Amino acid sequence: MAAALGLVFFVAPVDADQGISQKIFYFHVPLALTSYVCFGVGAWKGLRLLWTGAARYDLESYTAIHQGTIFGALTLLTGSIWAKASWGRWWVWSEDQLVLFLVLFLFYCAYFMLRFSVEPGSRRERISAVYALFGVALIPVSFLAIRLSKNFIHPVVFTRHGPQMTHSMFAAFCVAWAAVLLVAYVMYRVELAGKRIDANLQDLREALTAS
Amino acid sequence: MSAYAADVAALARKDLRLELRTRETLPAMLLFVVATLVVFHFALPPRAGHDAAYGLLWVALVFTALLGLGRAWVPEREGSVLDGLVLAPCDRSAIWLGKTLATLAFLVGVEVIALPAFAVFFAPLPVRALAGVALANLGICAVGSLVAAMAAAGRTRELILPLLFLPLAIPLIVGGVGATISPHKAEYLLFLVLYDAVFSILSWAAFEYVVTE
Repeated sequence: MAAALGLVFFVAPVDADQGISQKIFYFHVPLALTSYVCFGVGAWKGLRLLWTGAARYDLESYTAIHQGTIFGALTLLTGSIWAKASWGRWWVWSEDQLVLFLVLFLFYCAYFMLRFSVEPGSRRERISAVYALFGVALIPVSFLAIRLSKNFIHPVVFTRHGPQMTHSMFAAFCVAWAAVLLVAYVMYRVELAGKRIDANLQDLREALTAS
Repeated sequence: MSAYAADVAALARKDLRLELRTRETLPAMLLFVVATLVVFHFALPPRAGHDAAYGLLWVALVFTALLGLGRAWVPEREGSVLDGLVLAPCDRSAIWLGKTLATLAFLVGVEVIALPAFAVFFAPLPVRALAGVALANLGICAVGSLVAAMAAAGRTRELILPLLFLPLAIPLIVGGVGATISPHKAEYLLFLVLYDAVFSILSWAAFEYVVTE
């Protein structure tokens, strides 16, 4: 994990001749992509749960979606900082990616509310899995909706200067993305292990008090 | 195949008959939508154009649908009817389809009053708006029935339903408003068709997993 963080911080000084606001792309875009990957993993685990019925997929799906939401929140945060640096406002509706993440953030926050309102058990596992699947179906549909909505909501005043990447920038970007993915994976494993230990402890405790 | 259709028809008929006898949900939805439209008149600034009003129409429709959906599974929950339905030898997705069709009937019933009311209060509605409303109704009821069943399984029920439903309803609002006010209405209507297709199939397939243990 230290190596991952070291890599992430190493990347930033490499391209010192960029404008400051451009540098945040090295974090913002990998965070966004990693978030998508986490949601995808969460949905895949959910599908496996519905398919096979093995209980371990529930915890894996939940952890993946938890990671995805954390990274989504970070995406919104970094996107907001970038918007402030570029255009002087904390939020711009003309940025598709940010609006999509806002919608997804709302959707997955509701996932947690749903999860904690249903009693633990196989019912909760299945409902969570179905909701996770709806989430990944929502991602492309929402993106399309946001693209369509721009025709009648705002004329696109601000054009986003997308990162036109030279080779060194692209290399730095790949390193940053690998680093963020690594951080996400490590966090995922750590959280999953923690949750599994919790569950085992709970079982042991119940067994002890029952006997 | 016809047994499936008979199941769906029986379930939808049960909901409609229940509503006709108790008359709880439909009058409440009607009053809600008209009251909301009146509130919108006061909420809109005086120089707001027709476009703002059309946008608010969609907000009114979605929230009225939410009101109806909150009550959708209550009869099943109160008498443990849902357990009985799940145990019955019918395809579980038929339960979802029956509920969706019944909710659709309620929503259309409300809109029969609400859309003319809107036309009188604010601005006349073009035909394409009606097409958009019709398509969006399908999406709202399909997704809403499933999500309401999910919400009903938990402790917080009606509290959580808007949280679950609104992010999924955002594409519908975009499609509907676009169909009403944008010059490229075909795009938005096609988008609504896409949404309906994707989420109806998903809801139809996934409902079984939501109601069984």
